[in-house]
Amino acid sequence: MQLIACPWCGPREEVEFSYGGQAHVPYPDSPAELSDEQWAHYVFHRDNTRGRFAERWNHSAGCRRWFNAIRDTATYRFERVYRLDDPKSVTP
Amino acid sequence: MAELLRTHPLEAWTAAFERLPDTVRIAAEPYVAMVDVRLGTVGPGASTALGVDLPTAPNTWVPAGAGRAVWLGPDEWLLTSPTEAPEELEGRVRAAVVGLGGSATDVSAQRIGLRLAGARVRDVLARGCSIDLHPRVFGRGSSAQTTLGQAGVVLLALSDAGDDVAVLVRSSFAGYLADWLLDAALEFTTTPDR
Repeated sequence: MQLIACPWCGPREEVEFSYGGQAHVPYPDSPAELSDEQWAHYVFHRDNTRGRFAERWNHSAGCRRWFNAIRDTATYRFERVYRLDDPKSVTP
Repeated sequence: MAELLRTHPLEAWTAAFERLPDTVRIAAEPYVAMVDVRLGTVGPGASTALGVDLPTAPNTWVPAGAGRAVWLGPDEWLLTSPTEAPEELEGRVRAAVVGLGGSATDVSAQRIGLRLAGARVRDVLARGCSIDLHPRVFGRGSSAQTTLGQAGVVLLALSDAGDDVAVLVRSSFAGYLADWLLDAALEFTTTPDR
């Protein structure tokens, strides 16, 4: 089983983690002014990248903290993990 | 009217635990008061008010008086006390941290403890726990929140030899985990003479 390196707990088995979707989706500055279509884009529309993708993960069976990870969606390999307060990692 | 008595969730497993060999001794720990502490920054003020230096290294625990202070997250700890009533502990800890922007919640009913001791404890735990429990990396003072036989647990290393471990498990999972542990320890038990 693949190990995922929790930024707090270190490498743990993948089953201890849960997936949280695409990372760095900013909350709209003024949601009340958005049209239904714009709101739907914020709520439902996500990138469908093949290759390196910045994602949110939660160490749900351990310290229960959210963190971000760069994962290759084609190979499932985790390239790096970083905490929520770290700057966005540059993905090519 | 029927009298309602408080019973330990593992009372029914006591006899089975007693039949285990000395290489895998399992015992249910008595109830202790537990409080979940949330605190953003840990400084000298918190240590003075609480009477314990909360551990800031991930996956560690320290003795706190007669109880323990367990790291649960970068801003979360579990304080236990076998000598205080739950509401006493909650009141004392809340008074200590609320001025620092923290909170304290009584979670005594959430988890109960099992004590595993003996030379084969690591072999039994390894049946259903993937983390490295070798004393080189899991000596006294280490803790881990992980899964054991698919049940969420907190493991606390109580010795540097890796032969003494406390397992904190949700009360409703305690019977399942006790059955699982007895099954995992089966190969180290001797067959009784017939």
